[in-house]
Amino acid sequence: MTVVVRTITRILFPISLVFGGYVIMHGHLTPGGGFQGGAVAASGLAMVLVAFGAKRLAEKKGLLSALESLGGVAFAALGFLGLGLTFFANILARSGGLFGGPVPYGPNPGELNTAGTLPLMNWAVGFKVLAGLGAVVLLFALFGGENDR
Amino acid sequence: MTLWAAMLTATLVMVVITSVLAVVLRDLLAAALALGAQGLLLSLAFYLLQAPDVAIAQAGVGAALTTAIFLLAIWKTRRKEEE
Repeated sequence: MTVVVRTITRILFPISLVFGGYVIMHGHLTPGGGFQGGAVAASGLAMVLVAFGAKRLAEKKGLLSALESLGGVAFAALGFLGLGLTFFANILARSGGLFGGPVPYGPNPGELNTAGTLPLMNWAVGFKVLAGLGAVVLLFALFGGENDR
Repeated sequence: MTLWAAMLTATLVMVVITSVLAVVLRDLLAAALALGAQGLLLSLAFYLLQAPDVAIAQAGVGAALTTAIFLLAIWKTRRKEEE
């Protein structure tokens, strides 16, 4: 693509990744969550693919595949973590620690570290969606070969 | 008519206009961009209807990713539609 598109992509790609991470991280408090944040970050990845061509990213296929598998395994493992009570029981909530802060009563601006395993599941789903959608667009861009721009 | 209703009506009218453009245009690159604009306007309509969760998903998938896939497909085939 032209130098205008490439320069704007260099500026916008980190911003879209950071915004996707924000949407994932605040998924249990505000609208958004794992799928939405992962889709926002994957749209940044698709922008890089359109602007710079797929050949530069061809060796990242293994990384995306590993990231997607890691997200799925982490989600299932967090589900099995609560198996003492029920499947997907939220054992980290109200346990003290980093993710188990006390939930405030009444109207409040939102306490971030109160949701137990839910933010970790949001991160797992976010990485899985980012890697999955990115791999779809990357493999589609690599398909065919020589006509790639 | 309140400001909210006016904005929603204008957004939905522009959604219809961009959808018709995406069907009518013979240049496939312009049609794909019209489809991307339709997705973005539909995401704005979802936001005005107080569904911000759906709006984020629509803006990410409907406006950005499908447009990128259509652009890559047009580059791999040809740009003009044949009669």
